[in-house]
Amino acid sequence: MGRRAKNKQAPPEPLDKKEYTSPKKLGKRKADDHQDKPRPAKKSKDSKYNPKSSKPHVKFADDANSSDGWEGVQDEGAIGDLDSLLGDEDDDMLRGPAQEFDFGSDAEEDEPAPLLRGRKSKQGGAPPNVVPTGLDDSSESGEDSDEDEEGRTTMANMEARSRALDAKAAEEAELDIEEYQEAAASEGEDDDVDMEGEEDANGDIDAEPFRLPTAAEREEEKTSVPDVHTVQRRMRECVRILGKFKRLAEEGRSRSEYIDQLVADIASYHGYNDFLAEKLFHLFPVAEAIEFFEANEVPRPVTIRTNTLRTRRRDLAQALVNRGVNLEPIGKWTNVGLQVFESSVPIGATPEYLAGHYMLQAASSFLPVIALAPQPNERVLDMASAPGGKTTHIAALLQNTGVVFANDANKARTKSLTANVHRLGCKNVVVCSYDGREFPKVMGGFDRVLLDAPCSGTGVISKDASVKINKSERDFTLLSHLQKQLILCAIDSVSPESKTGGYIVYSTCSVTIDENEAVVDYALRKRPNAKLVETGLEFGREGFTSFRGKKFAPSLSLTRRFYPHVHNMDGFYVAKFKVERRSKAKKEEDEPVTVEIVAEDGTVENKPQEDVGFDADEDRPYLEEAKRRRMKAKGLRPPARSKAPTAVKASA
Amino acid sequence: MRPLTEDESRAVFEKLANYIGKNLIHLIDRPDGPYCFRLQKDRVYYVSEESMRLSISVARPNLVSLGTCFGKFSKSGKFKLHITALDYISKYAKYKVWIKPNGEMPFLYGNHVLKAHLGRITEDTPEHQGVVVYSMSDMPLGFGVTARATVDTRKLDPTSIIIFHQADVGEYLRDEETLF
Repeated sequence: MGRRAKNKQAPPEPLDKKEYTSPKKLGKRKADDHQDKPRPAKKSKDSKYNPKSSKPHVKFADDANSSDGWEGVQDEGAIGDLDSLLGDEDDDMLRGPAQEFDFGSDAEEDEPAPLLRGRKSKQGGAPPNVVPTGLDDSSESGEDSDEDEEGRTTMANMEARSRALDAKAAEEAELDIEEYQEAAASEGEDDDVDMEGEEDANGDIDAEPFRLPTAAEREEEKTSVPDVHTVQRRMRECVRILGKFKRLAEEGRSRSEYIDQLVADIASYHGYNDFLAEKLFHLFPVAEAIEFFEANEVPRPVTIRTNTLRTRRRDLAQALVNRGVNLEPIGKWTNVGLQVFESSVPIGATPEYLAGHYMLQAASSFLPVIALAPQPNERVLDMASAPGGKTTHIAALLQNTGVVFANDANKARTKSLTANVHRLGCKNVVVCSYDGREFPKVMGGFDRVLLDAPCSGTGVISKDASVKINKSERDFTLLSHLQKQLILCAIDSVSPESKTGGYIVYSTCSVTIDENEAVVDYALRKRPNAKLVETGLEFGREGFTSFRGKKFAPSLSLTRRFYPHVHNMDGFYVAKFKVERRSKAKKEEDEPVTVEIVAEDGTVENKPQEDVGFDADEDRPYLEEAKRRRMKAKGLRPPARSKAPTAVKASA
Repeated sequence: MRPLTEDESRAVFEKLANYIGKNLIHLIDRPDGPYCFRLQKDRVYYVSEESMRLSISVARPNLVSLGTCFGKFSKSGKFKLHITALDYISKYAKYKVWIKPNGEMPFLYGNHVLKAHLGRITEDTPEHQGVVVYSMSDMPLGFGVTARATVDTRKLDPTSIIIFHQADVGEYLRDEETLF
């Protein structure tokens, strides 16, 4: 990747230990939630300390034996070959940060989606309506990790700190109560009657019961700088109340008031503009939205893609390990990805990198190419390709056969694209610089088209935080307009006659509906010969089929969404179309049109609609009149009206 | 985009022959379909005929690159090989040089190869011969020209230059702006 690459998708920040220590703790908790094991509050604390007491080696072995576990998959799958290489490193890895993953992994055993190791969703798997549990859990632990994030480097250190924190927390009645409450909630989520009394009691004990600020107070607060802790606490309370609104809400305050307050707090706490905060907030259930915003503050792990044109993953891993890079395969869903934990050398300037053995690439940008699944000897178009991560991936999957057209509208960015194409040894790539919308005119008849559309970047806020403030409603309108134009061009560029292909993959690094589902739905309506098919990605959330009153085609559930807090990759969206011959749609039109008329008694009668065609005689006077007007406009003198001008007048 | 003229072809082939000698014919006679050289905005591209035919539809100002860039013609009509040609040159190279791991980074920063960094060298390499530079793990890193014949290198002191640097893969980062 060239220096200019950062224009599009900068390589993710290195994921240092603190990020993947704290989430693991959370992962453990989450998993506990997931298994719905009843446990008291004290136990949850104990489970945090488990890593120290249990022996990593033993655990590791256990994990390796379990077939559906994360580790198990790793050992059995394509990654297995790595183990032999890394065999001598095993001890180091277990002692190092990887150790924690092993702990996490047993907790995640029943998590079906293969996730990145690293920050895990605290509540990702749990149904969103279990709000109070997840909520208290998440916000509290989020707070914890924020507070002691700075100095937490080693395992022992972390434990000491978290112990100290817990001791402090024990003193604070409020926190204690919350934890108690949380435990109670997790013990009996269904058991509402028991909890009611308990929570009411809690409310009484609470030194200062939560009260939603009135509109006037909010106005006042806007002028002054809000206190972070107040805002934090208010957010937590709002989420809790919104989770069980009927029971916990203040009398006379509406749900929307709480939501407004929460959105405003999120905007001020995380530094979003109000518009974007609200837009993103509505994508998720309340508690999950908080997680999403928190995940946007944490960098995603650094990942690289092996260039299969030059080397194999095993060899590359070996070479990099020798250079002092600590890495591991990303997951079972890709056999070319490696995740870099830490590196003593700059990962973007090793001799291997320069020789084109790998590409620095976010995990999420593997997905559209996997979905596209190009076959050798095909003609593929990448409509917006710079800096070339996906293009070179396509070329590698084609094994340098066929032709890849890599287009990018920005000429300056085609330089880094060309550099990457050459560095990675892709010999079948033609780089051109057109506006993507010109495409079926320049050339059509492609077997597959990848459209990684220009987007607002709401999925990559952790990389580029400027999105938080610089996106307005107008940007979204303009972008989705452009995306709609591009997707139609992409569909038109594909040859439906293609024997092996005829596929389009539409992807964005954004999570908003207007740039994703709305665009895909628009394309489906405009191009009846295109239909959605399975993406071939075995994880990810289904796309929305309806959202806040908008109804989309039901087939949109075949598209896939990816979220930072769930999958630990950038927010991403992938949709795959299959284009068929157009004649099919025409046949349907040729069928005799019948109008269904529902009679008053409820019976339905089908009447053939009367033929709607042109009646030349009836139209003649109008045509003549129009002709006269045209001539007059040109300054010519029209011939005298032949006859029956009155008829025209009357009808006009 | 156009085919090379006779003079241009001669300049390109002479340069290539300096590194790959008679193996040049392997570039023209390929078992996997016909390949050709094309000139586009001073740059010479080596590209399969299939790709070339398709990229005819791309207008000249919009065509950035096709196939593999071999190098460029200077304004005075001289041909300069670029690092992007390394794939093909290293495949057919006649004379090779391997450098030790501690010499890799200096070379990738654009320095000449010193005798101290020399790991291995093809026997009986003549003086001023184009050679491809490899790391000890057989990874091509660039190419250059020998300063001395193999037999003469014995006598030299460790800090003297053995290979004059011409191109290295570090240019992908250093010269990204000017390379394409």
